[in-house]
Amino acid sequence: MSMLVFLEQHGGELQKGSLGVLAKAASLGSNDVAAVIVGDGAKALAAEAGAYGAAKVFVAEGEALQQALPQPRVDVLAKVVQEHGYETVLLANSVLAADVAAGLAARLDAGLNWDLVDLTGDLVGKRLALQDTVLVDVGWKTTPRIALFRAGSFDATPTGGGEPQVEDVTVELSEHSQQATITGQELEESSGPSIEDADIVVAGGRGLGAAENFSLAEELARALGGAVGATRAVVDAGWYPYSAQIGQTGKVVSPKLYVALGISGAIQHKVGMQSSNVIVSINKDANAPIFEFSDLGVVGDVHEIVPRLTELIKQRKGA
Amino acid sequence: MTRASDFPPPFDPRDYVAEPTAPADERIEVGVLIVGAGPAGLACAIRLGQLLGEHPDVAERLGEVPVAVVEKGKQPGSHLLSGAVVNPRALRKLGFRPEDVPNYGEVHEEAVYVLTKRAALRIPPPPTMRNHGNWIMSLSQLGRFLAEQAEEGGAMVLPETAAERLLVSHGRVVGIRTGDKGRNREGEPMGNYEPGSDLVARVTVLAEGTQGHLTGVALDRFGLRSEEPQVWELGVKEVWRVPKAPRHVIHTMGWPLRTSAKYREFGGSFIYPMGDDMLTIGMVVGLDYRDAELSTHDVLQELKTHPKIAKLLRGGERIGWGAKTIPSGGWYSLPSKLHAPGLLLCGDGVGMVNIPRLKGVHYAIESGRLAAESAFAALRRGATPSTALQSYDDGVRNGFIGADLHEVRDMRQVFGRGFFVGGALASAMTVSRGRIDFGKMRAEPDAEQPLLTTNRAASYPAPDGKVTFDKLSSVFASGNKTRDDQPNHIRIERRVPKEVAEMWVNLCPAQVYEIGTEGSDGTVTVNVAASNCVQCGAITAKGGRLTPPEGGSGPEYQLT
Amino acid sequence: MKIAVCVKHVPEGHSKLDPSTKRLDRSGEGALNHFDANAVEEALRLKGDSDTEVVVVSLGPAKAADSLRKALAMGADRAVLVSDDAAAGSDLVATSKILGKALERESPDLVLFGQQAADADGAVLWAAVAERLRRPVVSQAAELTVDGGSLRVKRQTEFGYDVIESPLPAVVAVSDAINEPRYPSLKGIMGAKKKPFDTLSLGDVGVDAGEAGESGSKTEVLALGDPPSRGDARKIEGDGDAAQAILDFLAEKRLV
Repeated sequence: MSMLVFLEQHGGELQKGSLGVLAKAASLGSNDVAAVIVGDGAKALAAEAGAYGAAKVFVAEGEALQQALPQPRVDVLAKVVQEHGYETVLLANSVLAADVAAGLAARLDAGLNWDLVDLTGDLVGKRLALQDTVLVDVGWKTTPRIALFRAGSFDATPTGGGEPQVEDVTVELSEHSQQATITGQELEESSGPSIEDADIVVAGGRGLGAAENFSLAEELARALGGAVGATRAVVDAGWYPYSAQIGQTGKVVSPKLYVALGISGAIQHKVGMQSSNVIVSINKDANAPIFEFSDLGVVGDVHEIVPRLTELIKQRKGA
Repeated sequence: MTRASDFPPPFDPRDYVAEPTAPADERIEVGVLIVGAGPAGLACAIRLGQLLGEHPDVAERLGEVPVAVVEKGKQPGSHLLSGAVVNPRALRKLGFRPEDVPNYGEVHEEAVYVLTKRAALRIPPPPTMRNHGNWIMSLSQLGRFLAEQAEEGGAMVLPETAAERLLVSHGRVVGIRTGDKGRNREGEPMGNYEPGSDLVARVTVLAEGTQGHLTGVALDRFGLRSEEPQVWELGVKEVWRVPKAPRHVIHTMGWPLRTSAKYREFGGSFIYPMGDDMLTIGMVVGLDYRDAELSTHDVLQELKTHPKIAKLLRGGERIGWGAKTIPSGGWYSLPSKLHAPGLLLCGDGVGMVNIPRLKGVHYAIESGRLAAESAFAALRRGATPSTALQSYDDGVRNGFIGADLHEVRDMRQVFGRGFFVGGALASAMTVSRGRIDFGKMRAEPDAEQPLLTTNRAASYPAPDGKVTFDKLSSVFASGNKTRDDQPNHIRIERRVPKEVAEMWVNLCPAQVYEIGTEGSDGTVTVNVAASNCVQCGAITAKGGRLTPPEGGSGPEYQLT
Repeated sequence: MKIAVCVKHVPEGHSKLDPSTKRLDRSGEGALNHFDANAVEEALRLKGDSDTEVVVVSLGPAKAADSLRKALAMGADRAVLVSDDAAAGSDLVATSKILGKALERESPDLVLFGQQAADADGAVLWAAVAERLRRPVVSQAAELTVDGGSLRVKRQTEFGYDVIESPLPAVVAVSDAINEPRYPSLKGIMGAKKKPFDTLSLGDVGVDAGEAGESGSKTEVLALGDPPSRGDARKIEGDGDAAQAILDFLAEKRLV
């Protein structure tokens, strides 16, 4: 049961999502778990990969692989898989990894199951479909298998593994992999992440009482480092712009944390955020439907609780 | 006493009549323009296809698009809702056997019950409720099927297209102006703004269904309204997947509606099997009711708690919901004329419904077929259009539509006197087959009914999300995902006495209206969540005016 | 220049899985995948008033023609539908092979995709098709310009924006932030019926039945079930310690 994990790195750091997938692969019982790291500084990161369960690490460095582009990575992975016969390739979803996984699937004529949230020991993939309302068991009919996991599916906990065996990989890039180049970069604007990309969303509903009270949501979002969302009702009432509307006729988000302030949880809103990892709701109506699908429900007054929570978070972060 | 009619909406039908304004090369010309892809409009398109197929010389003169059908819904069927138990008579005249159209079987057994809160008394079906020989269908599915047939016959069906204005030139209807797309809530054009077009035609057929927007405009413009006002029922229904569907077509009367004349709660429920594992259950309530807290949506929820009904739904799952008004004025409320220069009026839009039998689909189809014949006659070389279009009127009134509606002409009106008196009178009328003339009993417009409050809302069940539901869940189940950032399409007086506002809040099955701020003089403001609207038309009956929103908006019915 | 846009016809309304086939129930009504409308719009913007040809391509059942017609109504010039019973149930590998072959026939300078399919929550078809075509691929395009024989994309990533350049021919997947799709005009809708529309079988594009559908797919759906419940939902009442309790909860979940 050989497994190969694509470890994504950025700016000299291995991405937590990839490390989580590596730890998961290691936990499935095989002793043939390897990792691939591509780009400048890959070799230096190999030891860390060992700590998360890789018995062997393939590193591919060089100028042609410096830029975070998917197709050269397909070349690298394809070579490793074909030369060493790895049966399963695992990746954690990201903008880059998604393109790598699909390109690799086409290159190797291999089955790709994506948006997986888990994988069993007998290699059955678990996928949440239809906005997380159905759990689908998926499988592969042939090898190699390619598994692309939803971001954040697994915690990156070190497995206590030792120094891995490190192997250099040199690969001749395909012609089409050499065409695209990154000619410029802009880092994230300081105004915070967009709603769709944010890991944390704080959303306000009518329970906030008035347009001015949206500052409660904004302050909390700022403290948490998240984006601000709004329900259709408050957008209709003119309290917040349509670009922030979350729901059936607005944006659909699935952040790691969704904090709902004064939101009742009508189904039109629910379908816009129900696949969030963790949902915390504050509403003074104990019977609000949102409590039925929240991980933590707080029956109370947002005007009392939120400022205090914001303060506590700032303190904790400042400490 | 407070009446909704004292607070009329800011709506002037003259604003919706215009000359064609587009330069000639930007106008879209078609031969016959049909507004509404419902049973009437599609029957018209199908019949025209047949006639033009037999007479290519006429077809040729109609240009590239001899027949066009515009539909404001996402696709044909999206805004169609009925029971439905359909009399196949009109389908046969159009050339379709009922077994060849989508159906859930012929009706074999029926049951009628009078309900009390806990009991159900079975009564022999009154003669008007015998459905032997009729077929159970989903009108939405039938619409999709008929649209395919219409297209195969050469019609061009244009969904997501609202008919906003009636184009009239020199006293003649020459077509429609379609609605704009891409305006925001304030009415400003956005980046992808697409203005409406002038669609001109030799003959325009309005088959818009209940509360048809341009139908209302045309009735005013050409002075066609009958002396008797039109009145409506509101039907709210659900589709359920169940372990085992009942064998019978079921109708109920009585509870949860109240039988005393002072409340004027006329109506009843229907439960029709749809194959072995689905059923549809609906509540129909006359909109001449008086209690400001009456909510047809919630009366349906209440109905489902009755032990006999609950049993039918046990182990099941709601898979659809919808609402639509039904015109119930019958014979006396039909317009004085069903045509005007360049114009023909069909179906529910002008009230061709037999309320005691709860049937209207076959009249719609027949009226569409007759409209096609008249339109075709008007287009032949040497035809006198006015005579040809008059022949439509004659065909409707002298054929089975007129005969049936005349037979039951007074039945609905008598129920204003309460269930028991009304029931007795109705039976007498049926038995006499309409030959006893009880004198024309005046129906009052629904919006003129004085309002009263009786704490009726206390009897509505709290939604449990499994058997009973709240309005927003129901709107979701209708498939409605209307774009929010568009102009409000509902015309309504925004500051009214609290009782009127409460009546609207409870009236609307889609939770469009909400009480805003309270004034010091007993008035309140009314907030409108227009994107919830499923365009049932109830508001038009009770003091407001529905106009078509951006094309493609509204429910997306599949099984209703 | 020739631009090909790959579009998909997806189920309308509330999607359901068919328990017997364990696949998406596509028997009801469908519509143009709204993410693909962004791709069609982008192609039309690049076309402008020039004589660039915009071809929309789809793999689907016969009724996928409706979505292709919508794209034609928006302004695309020609439509190609690959429709074959043997292709039903094709997974990414099979679909990319079929689309790849269909696109090869067209030899487009630029192939556009929408960023995801509304019915499959994140299908990554574009990268697989680019591989089949042996062409460079750029995804998450929030801005796209084409000049001479090359393109320039502003690509959204988790870290910000990359500016990426590539010579044509290339494959680009556009994000839904790139534009607001136009409404087809009535004239456009009526004119769409007259535009060239080709329906091809698998044989026409040179793909064996064995390489398509379920037999050509390398993945399979094994079972459907209920999602794991959220687990113990906790509830707190009252304002007093609520803020601290929430903080503790967030800390426990490592969200702060």
